[in-house]
Amino acid sequence: MVPGMNVQLLYKDGVLTAKMSGEIDHHSAQEIREAIDDTSQKVKPYCLRMDFSGVPFMDSSGIGLILGRVRLYNFWKGHVVLCGLSPNLNKMVELSGIGSVASIERRAG
Amino acid sequence: MMKPVNKAEISFPSNSVNEGFARAAVSAFLAQLDPTVADLTDLKTAVSEAVTNSIVHGYRDAIGTVYISVKLFENGKTVVRVRDKGCGIPDIEQAMEPLYTTGGEERAGLGFAVMQSFCDSVRVTSSVGKGTSVTLTKYFETKR
Repeated sequence: MVPGMNVQLLYKDGVLTAKMSGEIDHHSAQEIREAIDDTSQKVKPYCLRMDFSGVPFMDSSGIGLILGRVRLYNFWKGHVVLCGLSPNLNKMVELSGIGSVASIERRAG
Repeated sequence: MMKPVNKAEISFPSNSVNEGFARAAVSAFLAQLDPTVADLTDLKTAVSEAVTNSIVHGYRDAIGTVYISVKLFENGKTVVRVRDKGCGIPDIEQAMEPLYTTGGEERAGLGFAVMQSFCDSVRVTSSVGKGTSVTLTKYFETKR
């Protein structure tokens, strides 16, 4: 595990929540992917909820990470939800157009 | 040609663990401009993309050295150059197309699109077998 990057996984009622904390780049994305895919392939949840509330920085590697999980979940007709996006991360998400393949849960307020 | 008022240079081996170091170092040097968080994050993101390109593409087969220079000018103009001596880009125009990638399934192909969107200008020069240089220019609002 990369120092500073951490993924907490919680499975409940068919939903796997991945709460990430730390910066997401090409380096850390690899670790996050392994953690998520390992559990996902065993459990095959219908929904992956990616929680970015603990992520202060993300480059386009984060978009690759999301896209890869959307593809994986498509294998068993599951879907991906993004939540906890700061304005920072949202700028990247908007630019990528990833909202057309993953649903985005807006922050209250 | 205006002379920079301050400059910094760093170099490091192309291990992916250094991506975080590279953007943190650039960002720490830019603190003297007292930039807005949004501006700083934009440039930090662009640097992260350029450095990742050098690591993933430039030095795809072996570890090499990534060179970064940061130059600050009077009017808040900031120029960051990210350079490698890697394999080079055969077709820059194609490489800069959004969604084009040779990096496989886990890469979004957005690196250059992000750099262009988050900076005021992006210039790429490359020579196959010799390396690639990406020059990012951003104008920071000076609060002073």
